[in-house]
Amino acid sequence: MQTGRLSNWSKSFLSLGFLFLYAPMVILVILSFNESRLVTVWAGFSTKWYGELLRDPQMLGAAWISLKIAFLSASAAVVLGTMAAIVMVRMGHFRGKTAFASMITAPLVMPEVIIGLSLLLLFVSMGQTLGWPGERGIITIWIAHVTFCTAFVTVVVASRLQEMDQSIEEAAQDLGAPPWKVFFLVTLPIIAPALISGWLLAFTLSLDDLVIASFVSGPGSTTLPMAVFSSVRLGVSPKINALATLIIVTVTMAVFVAWWIAQRSLKQTTHISK
Amino acid sequence: MSKLGARSLIAVPYIWLVLFFLVPFIIVVKISFTEMQYAIPPYTDIVTWADEALTINLNIGNYYYLFTDDLYFWAYISSVRIAFIATICTLLVGYPIAYAIARADSATRNALLMLVMLPSWTSFLIRIYAWVGILKNNGLINNALISVGLIDQPVPMLNTEFAVYVGIVYAYLPFMILPIYANLVKLDNSLLEAAADLGSPPWKTFLKVTLPLSKAGIIAGCMLVFIPSVGEFVIPEMLGGAETLMIGKVLWQEFFNNRDWPVASAVAVIMLLLLLLPITLFQRYQSRQLEA
Repeated sequence: MQTGRLSNWSKSFLSLGFLFLYAPMVILVILSFNESRLVTVWAGFSTKWYGELLRDPQMLGAAWISLKIAFLSASAAVVLGTMAAIVMVRMGHFRGKTAFASMITAPLVMPEVIIGLSLLLLFVSMGQTLGWPGERGIITIWIAHVTFCTAFVTVVVASRLQEMDQSIEEAAQDLGAPPWKVFFLVTLPIIAPALISGWLLAFTLSLDDLVIASFVSGPGSTTLPMAVFSSVRLGVSPKINALATLIIVTVTMAVFVAWWIAQRSLKQTTHISK
Repeated sequence: MSKLGARSLIAVPYIWLVLFFLVPFIIVVKISFTEMQYAIPPYTDIVTWADEALTINLNIGNYYYLFTDDLYFWAYISSVRIAFIATICTLLVGYPIAYAIARADSATRNALLMLVMLPSWTSFLIRIYAWVGILKNNGLINNALISVGLIDQPVPMLNTEFAVYVGIVYAYLPFMILPIYANLVKLDNSLLEAAADLGSPPWKTFLKVTLPLSKAGIIAGCMLVFIPSVGEFVIPEMLGGAETLMIGKVLWQEFFNNRDWPVASAVAVIMLLLLLLPITLFQRYQSRQLEA
């Protein structure tokens, strides 16, 4: 596609699009500093909602549970997703590949209520017949999150595997490196950026999930989205604006740091290649 | 790769997916043929062994109930309708943005893509919640319109179908933009030049060359928006109000409020059957992406 200077049409599409995407978030950030509870009245600058948020033991507990689950889910999903990506891209044809491909891509679009309900019914049936899991909680949420996050990691890692130059692996193989050594010393370092972005994507997906977690959680395992949901159901709560601001600021900073590192390494490689 | 190594590489994700993705669906189908009971688990057994007789008890009552009760019928119809209209709106908003990003130079392109993705890395729930404050009767839009004197009564926007459309377009926009962009960016420039050289006006080139060549991206983007929207729960729950009937919300209420697991399962089975065709369409595109 022709690239270069953007036409005025393109510029206006982009400005309107970004206005639509960002205005609601900017409004939340502004409201989080509003002294008043009302959306439409500005009663002066205040950080009291942040204080209230940080003194809310339920929110903090839920945030901690969510972070733990997200960390463990993302880590497992990266391992499973990388394996699945290698199977999809490198293994050629094998019996049952079509079924494998359908199972790996279906969670990308499957409505969450269906995934949540079906996993809950699985856990209940397992509990009845095998005696495990006796109680639902962090471990059942972890299994559910690993399952749907794996699909996203697979897509990210597979596209990187397709782009990579396979001749380097072949060279290592020709020089007598065993397959596991080729993988860990050659392939893995090359696809590492995709593993990192896959991990981050899985982490945010897990952290964000309300519907699936609501089905498969048990007593004592309320996640952050579940706590937020029950709080906004009762009406507008300025505490949620403060939480939203913290999330937006954290994500934006993380993205810009990642961006900066990527740009710098890009510059270095172009510098070396000159 | 050694045969054993290759086999175990396939086996680990395969077994995980069969156990936690395929088997659960089979169980949903099974439970949709049982009857609700007040016990643990809250459904009857299909196969029972009593008095030296094996009884198989398949209950099709749940499906009969779904087909005869208007509520469910209309919930399916209106979910598909709302998801369809919302998908078209998302396409109309997303395509020009994807097109503009694909036209930018490569450094700007990456920055723009990052800006498109960034909101979806924050919180879905909170981004939907943001619209409550914007759309409600004493919210930002109504207050602004009243204060400039355009209207004197607030226009009800929250708890309407309109709010659901806004929510779906807002939440799913990046999923429409990315596949269309991925398609447009690969478009061979010489085709457009050839069309221009042959005297085709830009709009005609767009309709005859660009649009048909981005068909795969459009289909993928539409499926990524349409399929999850049909079963969406959070958006109709928070923005749609009691009036907006959508099947994801019905399933949720059946499960959490009525605690009728068999009926909830039957609702899920029918929803899955409805989505089978779009899901197959999406998978054909996606597996081509994965293997190509």
